Amino acid sequence: MAASLAIGAVPLSLHQVMQALMGQAEDARQAAVVWQLRLPRTLMAGLVGAGLALAGALTQGLFRNPIADPSLIGVSAGAAVVTAALIVFGAILLPPGWLPYAMPLGAFAGSLAVIVIVSRIAMVEARTSVALLLLAGIAINALAMAGTGLLVYLSDDRQMRDITFWTLGSVGGATWVKVAALAPCVVLPLLCAPWFARALDALNLGEREAAHLGFRVERVKRLACLAFALAVGGAVSVSGIIGFVGLVVPHLVRLTFGARHSVLLPLSAVGGATLLILADVVARTIVAPAELPIGLITAFIGGPFFLALLLRRRREFAA
Amino acid sequence: MMRLAGIAVERGRRRIVDGVSLDIAPGRLLAIVGPNGAGKTTLLAAMAGDLRPAAGTVTLDDRDLHSWSPFDLARRRAVMPQAARLGFSLPVRDVVTLGRSPFERSHTRIENAAAVARAIQAADVGHLVNRSYETLSGGEQQRVQLARAIAQLDLETAGAKPMLLLDEPTANLDLAHQHAVLLLARTLAKQGVAVVAILHDLGLAFTYADDVVALHGGRAVALGAPREVLTPGLLRQVFQVDGLVVSGHLVVQGPLAA
Repeated sequence: MAASLAIGAVPLSLHQVMQALMGQAEDARQAAVVWQLRLPRTLMAGLVGAGLALAGALTQGLFRNPIADPSLIGVSAGAAVVTAALIVFGAILLPPGWLPYAMPLGAFAGSLAVIVIVSRIAMVEARTSVALLLLAGIAINALAMAGTGLLVYLSDDRQMRDITFWTLGSVGGATWVKVAALAPCVVLPLLCAPWFARALDALNLGEREAAHLGFRVERVKRLACLAFALAVGGAVSVSGIIGFVGLVVPHLVRLTFGARHSVLLPLSAVGGATLLILADVVARTIVAPAELPIGLITAFIGGPFFLALLLRRRREFAA
Repeated sequence: MMRLAGIAVERGRRRIVDGVSLDIAPGRLLAIVGPNGAGKTTLLAAMAGDLRPAAGTVTLDDRDLHSWSPFDLARRRAVMPQAARLGFSLPVRDVVTLGRSPFERSHTRIENAAAVARAIQAADVGHLVNRSYETLSGGEQQRVQLARAIAQLDLETAGAKPMLLLDEPTANLDLAHQHAVLLLARTLAKQGVAVVAILHDLGLAFTYADDVVALHGGRAVALGAPREVLTPGLLRQVFQVDGLVVSGHLVVQGPLAA
């Protein structure tokens, strides 16, 4: 986080960052860089990463499957379509100033709709079929892509740039307003994590087994979908589609600390925040003074990771 | 005490169990026997509260089973599934500990740990506790599931005794463990647990059960003490095998010649 505050187009020493944070900067420009640009950006990257990784861990527990990532199963795309629609039509439909708050809400609705559809399709007799889950994800991704394409066609130049930027994923447009709109979307599900942890641990045994242990499985599933949609919707509405965070982070946490959700959920959030802050530092330094979309970085990490995961569990998936 | 009164259970449109009435009393081991497709698992699912009967009633302590909250029910009855795979692998001890979920709030950590340790010992999985569940053989996994179900039984609290439902508990086990599991079921019954087990091995049912119910085509064709139910006539009619009792043990002899 310190690195994220110090590194950038205007290089600052850690000492200067500290001074700026304490309100004792030697020069007002440094203070502005830290307070108006880097701090909201770092916080936003952290919140987005935490939200996506937490959402990944939640759905993986729910579907009892390690490849349920928000971007793979089409949820991020569903949220992005609604967001793109709001970019194009929001200014006409909504009173000015509402847009920053309407976007997370719209994205939340979009991701909720997709997760409900996808889980309906993939659940066969109380078991989740991985193939169905991914195929449904492909279909929805395609639909969402077409929808976004259509919106691009309808949009003006500025809107088009916004939408393109969204589909690649970036935390570049960070503002305090966006951070404020995003924070509850991530913090609320995180606060529920201890409750989810017990239920998801039981669900790990199977749905019927969880019911025998006294859990109201249907209620757990519904609330987990809500929390999931909130986190993904929030993240997508401010940063676009940043893939694979929800896949990579929970998997690494599970490898290191085991599959118990009381550990997995909070550590995934921490890991996701760390990963995305680091990825953002890379994104804005590697081709400086230009910036890479952060979604590219996570895809470069996540793509090979996903392939390795498939390779290791090949037999299981083939069965 | 659980009472099934003339229950019929359907899956889809098909009636799998039809007109079954029986009592499940504390302190007794009831074996459900029957050929494939007789409705054994469906009957057990109705006892567990998984399936709501299409006709008739299931009551526990004179209350409709479906008016119990899942949580209260979990504190009164445990179910051992036939085969259970985990979504994500856990150490064996953690799997058994999940059996204490309904008692996390009402019991202390120490009490729960003691119950887990007892269950691990009873199911003879002590040497596996630090292994990952996924690496175990089918029989070992089954014993871990048994340990989890036993951990869920609350034997200390005064009042109504718990129920233990076992779906083919001996299916993947070697001979020694088959007997060990049924001896354990008997021991639990002696401690007041109402135990119900689906058994394929009629010899085991004959030797260990207090009561036997024989299902055929979804109907209970015989119910009572093993000697009264597992008669040569019933074996021939329901299972198409010959069988006779030799020095207190049931010996089954091959399928009937056509």
